[in-house]
Amino acid sequence: MTEATTRPVTLPLTRERPFDPPDALGLWRDEDPIRPLAYPDGHQGWLVTGYAAARAILADPRFSTRIELLHTPLPQRAMQFRNTLRRPGFFLRLDPPDHTRYRRLLAGQFTVRRMKGLEPRIEEITRDHLDAMERAGAPTDLVQAFALPIPSLVICELLGVPYADREKFQRDSAVLLSLNSSVEQIEAAMKDLLDYLDDLVRRKRAEPDDDLVSGLATETDLTDEELAGVTTLLLIAGHETTANMLGLGTFALLRNPEQLAAVRDNPEAVDHAVEELLRYLTVIHIGPLRAALEDVEIDGRLIRAGESVTISVAAANRDPERFPEPDQLDVARPASGHLTFGHGIHQCLGQQLARTEMRIAYPALLRRFPGLRLAVPAEEIPMRTDMAIYGVHRLPVTW
Amino acid sequence: MKIIADSGRCIGAGMCVLALGEVFDQSEEDGTVVLLDPDPPASMAGAVRRAVQLCPSGALSLAEGDRADGESDT
Ligand code: HEM
Ligand code: SF4
Repeated sequence: MTEATTRPVTLPLTRERPFDPPDALGLWRDEDPIRPLAYPDGHQGWLVTGYAAARAILADPRFSTRIELLHTPLPQRAMQFRNTLRRPGFFLRLDPPDHTRYRRLLAGQFTVRRMKGLEPRIEEITRDHLDAMERAGAPTDLVQAFALPIPSLVICELLGVPYADREKFQRDSAVLLSLNSSVEQIEAAMKDLLDYLDDLVRRKRAEPDDDLVSGLATETDLTDEELAGVTTLLLIAGHETTANMLGLGTFALLRNPEQLAAVRDNPEAVDHAVEELLRYLTVIHIGPLRAALEDVEIDGRLIRAGESVTISVAAANRDPERFPEPDQLDVARPASGHLTFGHGIHQCLGQQLARTEMRIAYPALLRRFPGLRLAVPAEEIPMRTDMAIYGVHRLPVTW
Repeated sequence: MKIIADSGRCIGAGMCVLALGEVFDQSEEDGTVVLLDPDPPASMAGAVRRAVQLCPSGALSLAEGDRADGESDT
């Protein structure tokens, strides 16, 4: 092993091109898929960019997601991790058996069959937003008119959160996901959101409705505090992620007209196309993050107990050893097995919902507006390199 | 080919159902895997192997003597 490959690097966040992960990640992956990473708080941990190693670590119970064990690769957040965010109900940051308890209570609500049952309503919501776009006329910002409101409304209805309150939770979750937010800003946004959802949980307990939060309130032993935490996690994870896939995915298709045509014209192509867009675009800008609970050897590298690992699923999804010609968007390729929803026990709870939304929304948009195109030069589209979930801030389109 | 499902490890991600709905289903209650056909025909071997491989939690495995490697059934 050469000196150069063992020297710790810092995590790159800016991107050279809108649809590709930072170039450095790809170079490092091909050289050394597990390499030392210097964390801003002085910790020395690891950066994983290879597919096989990423998948192995995400599936390995010797790695923890507990916030109090993690160092963050993000300079602005260095102080935040240790003492905050460890909140009841945030099971993304719990290990078994605590994690298992929540996952079991929720997984039945997100099964493939349940999501199939939501299709008619998602189709209707999509239609309503397309109608509104048509009425308002071009040009429009696709993020505000389509990509953000559809998943927001869907998750609100599912959870039983009033959609009328969206400005509040969209604002708070934007602060939580911004890489530039200060610790104080994050704390304030989290408190605001938790207070709001705590209130909601109390109302649902008093007057249960036909929604997920009411169901959890009446049929499980979750406390108000735990339930508010669960709802916060579902609300944030449930709208920003899919929203960014819809915005960025449309941008990518507009730059690849042949692939766009396949998604628009061939219903059979849509399922594959969604998997490939998930792989190619990997909206998870940073992470997932893990910490070793004991010494673990992976690929000849010794990761010691207590060391943090930043797994770049964006780089792993471009690993040529797993996906041939990885930097090519090819909506016909078999892309399943990508790590965009993670892997192991924390693999995305809402993935079947996200798939259902995307499978409906992309073709519906492209069929309604066959002449859809960017309303500004592609270079002017503001990219979300400053957010934990990558995507476009705005996507001005016309038709 | 015999499929073994460890519902204790299953996290209800639904990858198996998505990959092969004829063989895998999920419980309405906690989303964990339900085998509709624990012993699917050889014609499905490829799809079964893919589903097992996709499972994120390691809940699925194939029994000894399966034909996952394409060898004849002896
Ligand atoms: C394209 C859209 C989405 C992407 C790319 C995505 C990605 C991810 C990833 C990578 C993880 C694992 C993080 C880790 O291992 O540290 C995760 C977990 C999670 N996601 Fe998603 N997600 C999406 C949509 C959704 C939706 C719609 C929901 C709504 C219910 C959701 C809810 C969750 C929850 C609750 C977890 C935590 C699961 C656990 O810890 O067991 N996600 N997601
Ligand atoms: S893929 Fe694995 S974890 Fe997901 S439902 Fe099937 S058995 Fe369970």
